[in-house]
Order: sequence, then C-alpha cells, then structure tokens
Amino acid sequence: MLTFIAKRLVQSVLVMLTVALIAFSLFRYVGDPINNMVGQDTSLEEREELKERLGLNDSFLVQFGRFAANAAQGNFGFSYQHRRPVSGLIAERLPATLELSIVSAFLAMAIGIPMGVYTAIRRNSWLSHSFMTLSLVGISLPTFLIGILLILLFGVVLRWLPTFGRGDVVQLGWWSTGLLTASGLKSLIMPSITLALFQMTLIMRLVRSEMLEVLRTDFVKFARARGLAEKYVNFVVALKNTMVPVITITGLQLGSIIAFAIITESVFQWPGMGLLFIQAVGNVDIPIMAAYLVLIAFFFVVINLIVDMLYVVVDPRLRVDSAGGH
Amino acid sequence: MAPDPSLLTIEGMRVEFPSRRGHVVAVERLDLAVEPGEILGVVGESGAGKSTIGNAVIGLLEPPGEMTEGTILLKGDRIDHLDEAAQRKIRGARIGMIFQDPLTSLDPLQTIERQLVDTIQRHLNLPEAEARGRAVDLLDQVGIPDPGVRIAQYPHQFSGGMRQRVVIALALCADPELVIADEPTTALDVSVQAQILDLMKALCRDRQVGMILITHDMGVISETADRVAVMYRGRVVETGTTDQIMSRPEHDYTKSLISAVPRPDKRLKRFPLVTYIEDAEERPEGLNLATHWLGKVREEHKLTGNLVELKNAHMRFITRHSLFPSRRLYLDAVNEVSFAIQPGEVFGLVGESGSGKSTIARMITGIYKPSGGTINFDGTDMTALHSRAAAAPFRRQMQMIFQDPFSSLNPRMRVEDIIEEPIHFHKMAYDQQEAKQIMHDLLDVVGLGARAARKFPHEFSGGQRQRISIARALATRPRFLICDEPTSALDVSIQAQVLNLLKDLQSELNLTMLFISHDLPVIRQICDRVGVMRHGKLLEVAPTETLFTDPQHEYTKHLLKLMPKFRGFRMPELEA
Repeated sequence: MLTFIAKRLVQSVLVMLTVALIAFSLFRYVGDPINNMVGQDTSLEEREELKERLGLNDSFLVQFGRFAANAAQGNFGFSYQHRRPVSGLIAERLPATLELSIVSAFLAMAIGIPMGVYTAIRRNSWLSHSFMTLSLVGISLPTFLIGILLILLFGVVLRWLPTFGRGDVVQLGWWSTGLLTASGLKSLIMPSITLALFQMTLIMRLVRSEMLEVLRTDFVKFARARGLAEKYVNFVVALKNTMVPVITITGLQLGSIIAFAIITESVFQWPGMGLLFIQAVGNVDIPIMAAYLVLIAFFFVVINLIVDMLYVVVDPRLRVDSAGGH
Repeated sequence: MAPDPSLLTIEGMRVEFPSRRGHVVAVERLDLAVEPGEILGVVGESGAGKSTIGNAVIGLLEPPGEMTEGTILLKGDRIDHLDEAAQRKIRGARIGMIFQDPLTSLDPLQTIERQLVDTIQRHLNLPEAEARGRAVDLLDQVGIPDPGVRIAQYPHQFSGGMRQRVVIALALCADPELVIADEPTTALDVSVQAQILDLMKALCRDRQVGMILITHDMGVISETADRVAVMYRGRVVETGTTDQIMSRPEHDYTKSLISAVPRPDKRLKRFPLVTYIEDAEERPEGLNLATHWLGKVREEHKLTGNLVELKNAHMRFITRHSLFPSRRLYLDAVNEVSFAIQPGEVFGLVGESGSGKSTIARMITGIYKPSGGTINFDGTDMTALHSRAAAAPFRRQMQMIFQDPFSSLNPRMRVEDIIEEPIHFHKMAYDQQEAKQIMHDLLDVVGLGARAARKFPHEFSGGQRQRISIARALATRPRFLICDEPTSALDVSIQAQVLNLLKDLQSELNLTMLFISHDLPVIRQICDRVGVMRHGKLLEVAPTETLFTDPQHEYTKHLLKLMPKFRGFRMPELEA
C-alpha cells in the first residue's frame, strides 16, 4: 500500500513538472514578457535593465527552475492587466469556483446514482424509460444553451432567481462563501444545475449499465438463491460492486467540472476562476493563464490520487500485500 | 396425498421461454422425486434443460421463462407459483443452491464472514455473535482449516476448491432439506473435484439432506448419485438407480451417451460417437488427403531427429513488484523442463490447473519469451531468434487450437475471413482465388462444408466452432499442432467427434502434436507419449500405455487413482 502511494506520488510530481513546463513556455515564449509589462515610452536601456533584473537573460533551465520553485510556493508573478500578484487574484476567485463545482458534483451524484440504480432495477417501468429519454436531452444539449434557457425561464419570465453573480457573500478568513446567505444560495441554484446536468446524466447512464452488468453475475444470482432480501441484494451486494468503476469516472468528472466551469461561469457572470481565465485570454494576460493551467492540473492530479486510494478501500482484491490467495 | 410424501416431487413440469419466434419449450412432461439423504443425478448434454429444473424449483427462472404446467411439492406443500415473499422464505431456508463456478459465486467485496452471517441472520433469528459462531462451525464442517481466522478473509484469498467449500457452507446456512447442485465440480481440478464430491456425499448422508446433482459428467454421476435421471431435449428419457443406468441402460440415447465417455481403462482406435444425436456430423468421404495440397507441402522438409526439443526451459513471472529485489516475489511457472517430441508423434501434457502446461505451449509458440533454457524447432533454437520476421517461418509451421471455442474466434469476422487470414499473413496463396480454394477445401476437411464460409462464428455450436479453429490452424499447413484443452468446453458427444477428427487429421497429414489436457481418459485415447506436470516441473515422461499401467512417480499414481472409475455400459460393436 505504501509502495503504491509512493509510486503514485512520484508519477504526480512528473505530471506537475510537465504541466509546469508547458505553462512556463507559454509565459516565456508567447509574445515578449517585457513588451507586455511596460508602456510604449520605455527606452531600450530600461527594457534591457528590466530584462536583466527579471532574470530573462539566464539560461532556460535556470529560468524554468525558478518558475517551478515559485509556482510550488503559489507565486505566479504579476498579472499584466490587474497589476496585482496572480496568487492573490486566484485566491479571491477560487472559493467561488470550488463552491459551484462541489455543489454541482454533489447534485450530479445525489441525483444521478439513485436514478441509475432505479433504471437498472426497474428496467421496464415507464419512469425508467422517461429518465432515459430525459438523459438524452441532458447529454446532447450544450451547457451554455441550458444556462441561457434557465435564465430565460426562471430569471426573465418568472423572475424567481437572480440571473448573474454570486449574491451576498460572507468572509470566513480569506474564504468568501455564498452558502450562508439567502441571496447567495439563490444565486447558486441555476449555475450549479447547469453545470451538474451533463455529469448527472453521464453518471446515471454509467451506474445503470454497470449495475445491469452486476445484476447478471453469479454472485447476485447466488445471493438471491440464498433467499436474501431483494433490498439487500440490490443495495448491499450489487450497488457496492457497481461503485468500483463509477468511482473512477466520477472522480475524473469532478476534475472536469472544475475545469469546464468556464462556460457556466461566463453565462452566469459567476466571479470564479473560469471567468478570470476567460478575461485573461481576452487580454493576453499570460501569468494568469499559466497559473490557471498549473492549478487545474494540480486538481486533476490530487483527485486522481484520491480515486486510486478509494479503489483500494472499496476493493479488497487490490490490497496487494494481503496474505493468502493467488 | 400420500401419508408420507417424498421430500421433493415434481409432476408434469413444463417450462417455456416465449420468444418472438414462438415458444421454446425447455422442459416438458417431467416427473422427478427426491427422498431425504438421497442424491439424484440429473445428467444430459448442454441444452437438455437440466439447469432449468433447478431454477424452476427454486423459483428463479430467468424471465421471460415460465413454468406453464405441472406441480412442485416440497414435503407435500406446493411451492410452484408462490409469490416472491413466500418464495424467498423457501430459498436458502428449505432449499439450498450450489452453482458451477466458485470463482464467481461469491461477492468479491464482502468478507466470507459478512456473507455467512447475513445469510444466517436472514433465516434464523440469531444475534450477531451466535450467527458468527454458527458460521465458524459451518466452515469447519465443510473442511476449511482454521475457520476462526479464515472467516475474516475475502473470497479472492481462497483457492477454487476452498471457495466451493465456502459456497457449500453458504448453501447449508439454514439447514435446508434439499440442495440443488448445478455442475458443482465442473470448474475444479480432478483432485479437488473428488474432495468436494466426497464432502457433498457425507453432508447429504449425515444431515439427511436430499440433493439434486445436475451435471454433464457421467463420471461424477457414477461416483456420487444414488439414482439417475437422463435428460435429452427437455425430457427425462430414463430414470433408475445409478448402477442400473450405468450397466444396463435401456434407452438408446443413454446407451450411446455412456459409451461416448472416453475410456480410462483401454485404448480404442476411435472415440465412440453418440449415434442417437440426429445431427451428428462426419467428414465427407472422397477427399484423399495423401494427394491433396494439404499433404504435399510437407515433402520439402526432410525430418531428422526431434521436431521439438525443450532443454531446461524456464519461465519465471514476477508476482509482486517492488523496488527492492529482496521484496519481489516470483512464480516459476515452468521450472527447468526438458522433453522432446519426435516427428509424427502425439505428445500429451497432463496436470492440474496452474501446473504450467499452457505456459509451455505459449513458450513454444513464442507468445512468452522463456527466462531460461532453449527451445529447438526442427534444429533451430527459437529462443535465439530475436525479430518477428526471423520467427515468422517457424510460426507458420506451428499452430494452436485453444480451449474456449467461444472466445478464440473473432465474432465480427466471417468464417472465410477467419480461415483466410493466416493464409494471407504468411503469403501462402498466389492470389485471392487460390486462398478461397484453400479455405473451401479446409472447410470440407473439417466436415463443415462450403456453406459455412459466409457465416459468422455465433451461428455455430461449440463443436462446430472448434472445427473452424482446426481449419484455421491447418490453413498454414503446419507441421506441429498444439492443442490446449481442445475439448474440455464441449459435451461428450461433440468431444468424441472433434477428437476423432483430430486423430484422423493427425494420421493422414502426419502431424506432430502437443496435446494438453487435464482429462486422463482423453489423453490415454489420443497420445503416444505423456508427460506429467506439477507446480511447473515435469515429473515423469513415459509411453502412454506404460504410464497408465505402470506409473513411476507418486503424483502420477495419485492422479490415476483419482481418475473417475467409470466402467459403464459399452456398445458391443465398439469392442472390436
């Protein structure tokens, strides 16, 4: 188990270094950093001096090492556009994105898994058929369209929910949360549904097909033949075996929820990292883009690590050091 | 109702599976009775409806299957057409069930303890601690050593035979009166099979449990059952005591089924066929292989000495990876094995699963690279050939037939493409026309006929698929054929046909063969010399008759002793 975690950690570090290299190349070689920082009226000497001061004349490896070391401490330099440290900007925006993503992921799982289980057990009921049809809508409609339709219905026509922003937030240290105010919660409803819908249908379909597979296995048949209650067979025996592949996909999906919050954040003007990133792209604010890239990669790596460890918790066959067996 | 009803009585059972093309009748007009402490064997080939009986009794027919006629009485109470809740009170509590494959019958994510305790608590109102005590007792009774410790383990930590013992313990959790065992030992090795059968016999006797033992294996029936019902196409054709059925069968199907079982005690020229089966196929006459292209190519090789020779061949797998060499674990799947096969000889390899038989086949064909030793083919050291291109001509000359006819053919390819693929790969034909001709000839040779060419594998039965595999293997005109358990997935009647075909082809084409099997009677019928393997080591090599009459190694003697002593009825005309 320890060897396994150590191995995974080494792999994670390699992945992070690769992403850092890409982010660094972006920063260093897309456009001229000096030009991006200074105005038209800076003289050539001043530019040279700045270049020297920022270490841009050093060798590639030294520069990359410095970038990686800074990045590891959360230091990504100054935003060209905001003239503030990137780390500060991200720290401001991170809570908004994480709250939205986690609420969405929770929604997707809390609704998607039971729906998947239901459609697997009652395969031929009309409710299952309508779930399956609805899920096609969820998978095929693009996120931004769902967002706009929701805004049109609940924001413009019915005027029940706010159409943009986070509402009132409460500061808990450096973390700003919208979960503690009524307007914050109301603002969260539409964006989180928009973001969760695709994942929800995906999880539902995945759980359904995995569960149908498990329900056909011998051990489920044997459990029935022992007279165990239907509930026990479905939820203790079958569902647990269904979860092994579901955990992987769901874990990876959580990563992409965070990464692809960009679209939802733009539609709802949600003040998160995605919106910051979109604006950075518009203004060629490369330090922010580089920081965003590294941060998202970091999320993916951490989630993957957790998924791998969850695997071992759920499936005893993966506990390699256990005695006996083959 | 009789004053003392049988434990289980089935009268006039008919089970139908509605489908779009009309109803399929799986079982009809079936009458059976089981008494306490009695083992009733239900025997028949696949598709005869044996398993359907078990599923119908326990109320777990796969929908849309339905019992449309007849009654099932358990101690005089009707148990067919009960509602789900009432059915569930019978399942496990009064009728226990044992399935074929112990590797898939247990929930892999729960400990044995959880599964046992939950089942016990479901049927008997016991507190956790008492239920656990009972579970430990049960494990002890089914012969699991150290039950107090092992109960906390997961299924994957048990071997196949041990898992089947756990399955039996689970079936006995609530002291059922009747146990239905559906092919309980088919997935197990011979020695484990004998132990499990002994255990089931003892449990039935001691607990006065009635048992329905469903199997295709005549040997298992003759060793275990008190009475036998022979099934053919959904009907019982004959019932009687085991002794009577085995020695004086009355129905023609029973007679030919029993005589088709390969004999362990005597070598016959050909395998007796189950003549009762209407669609039994034989090779069309008229193809003279001696003058046919299949037989010709071989002339170019002047055979001297051994065709295949293994010297200290060794195969080592890492079973636990670690950075530190001292913590790595290895498995020596094949341990310093040396033997030689002469041209035209059929060499048998016998041993239990995990003994390294198949690994040797894979080393010879180059699927695995040996970790030590040499493998010579026609005087060339195959282990010294490093590129695929250098090995290709040798690969062409050795072909393989695998065990599972269902997974060894690509389901998306037509039979013609499957057979032509190796011809094209090894550039054995000048043009498409010639390849087609070869393919058609091959289909004739294996007795399938040209109509098979355009079909897909799923349109064929297991035996027919194995014929396709043989045709594919012959397509490159090999000199050396490796058969890895070629018939262990087939019914007795089909097995006889396929083995006869292999035998004919072997002698007509003068093929050299490596024949891998765990089935000693089959080995005796087909092989010239036999090697016995255990734990990766080759223990003994001897001419077949010598090995069977005068085994040298202790393990060989042990294996021969375990071989089912099946001496049933023999068709008089086959004794020639």
